[in-house]
Amino acid sequence: MQKSGIRHVSANRQSENSRWTACIARIRDDADEAAFADLFAHFAPRIKGYLIKSGASATLAEECAQDVMATLWQKAHQFDPSRASPATWIFTIARNRRIDALRKSRRPQPEEIDWTPEAPPDQADVLALEQASEDLTRAIAALPVKQKTLIEAAYFHDLSHSEIADQTGLPLGTIKSRIRLALDRLRHAMN
Amino acid sequence: MTQTIQHHLTDALLMAYSAGTLPEAFNLTIAAHITMCDTCRAHLGAFDSIGGALLAGQDSAPMAKGSLQACLAAAKAGRPALAAPQCRSVLPAPLLSYIGGDLQDVKWRPVGMGIRQAILPTDGRATARLLYIPAGSAVPDHGHRGMEMTLVLQGAFADDTARFAKGDIEIADEDLDHTPVADIGADCICLAATDAPLRFRGLIPRIAQPFLRI
Repeated sequence: MQKSGIRHVSANRQSENSRWTACIARIRDDADEAAFADLFAHFAPRIKGYLIKSGASATLAEECAQDVMATLWQKAHQFDPSRASPATWIFTIARNRRIDALRKSRRPQPEEIDWTPEAPPDQADVLALEQASEDLTRAIAALPVKQKTLIEAAYFHDLSHSEIADQTGLPLGTIKSRIRLALDRLRHAMN
Repeated sequence: MTQTIQHHLTDALLMAYSAGTLPEAFNLTIAAHITMCDTCRAHLGAFDSIGGALLAGQDSAPMAKGSLQACLAAAKAGRPALAAPQCRSVLPAPLLSYIGGDLQDVKWRPVGMGIRQAILPTDGRATARLLYIPAGSAVPDHGHRGMEMTLVLQGAFADDTARFAKGDIEIADEDLDHTPVADIGADCICLAATDAPLRFRGLIPRIAQPFLRI
């Protein structure tokens, strides 16, 4: 009973990931405003919540959340579902915006490497990454409260705890190797 | 290039970069290394996934009325983001805007013994500098009060611990005293970030230190 319940939740969340991936593709391909409205309704309030938790005022958080979503619209072509889930990609945009706004510091970025419309990522890689992201999300949800609080402190409150990465025991190996494989394919396609 | 990189970022640094807790000088050095190293790019992706999972599980704060329309209008008015041209420099792309040009535009200042440096403008919490070490030259023996991150951009250097070639990053802390020596084959160019002054053993570098901001 319990087990099938977990599977049910997992299947739901996975299809949610695919749904957001499809929305971003529709923005990229067709400038689809309905798809954007869906993404906005789901993610903008969460981005705003994240920024408030990080110390932004409600006004600043509102403004930044709008900026983040506007960036999503403009950079939809850069989203690579074989290397990041939609939530992860949106997190990176929000994190960069937070550093600009709260720290008043520039955020140097690694050089982008993008797929071309002619050579999109392999669908099997996209599904495998989705699965790995799902597993990681579940592992984070299952962490003891103390460890989860530590991770949230690092990601939301600008605290540096160099030991956190070693202590959480999160299963990062699979997701690292999935992303590495996707990168290898991308490099190969670019040559 | 990426297969030959031997010395990588630690998980702790990648997590801190992903969470956004580091000073700008470290962020710049890490972004430059990741541009050169797909292993660390992939590992960073895993730490970004932690942030994604936390964002997905985040409590919602309701957006103001009309914010979707305002956002869409701003998004469409903004210039469409152009695909960044592939960087053709010997330097990794994130560095170019800090130099305000390419390698030939670096404003080098001599720091003695043939070594030259150029301090890059970053927030005040840590210092980023380019170092030019002529082939076969040594940086004076020094220790560290905080963390020093050194990324090799050209040539190679070796110290007591290992040899560091193009793309390799050395993470030194308070426990390491070293005398980096550039390989004889080529002049060595590094990007180094420090969050505290170095500790030089010799008298001359110690006297010069405040003037050179090392």
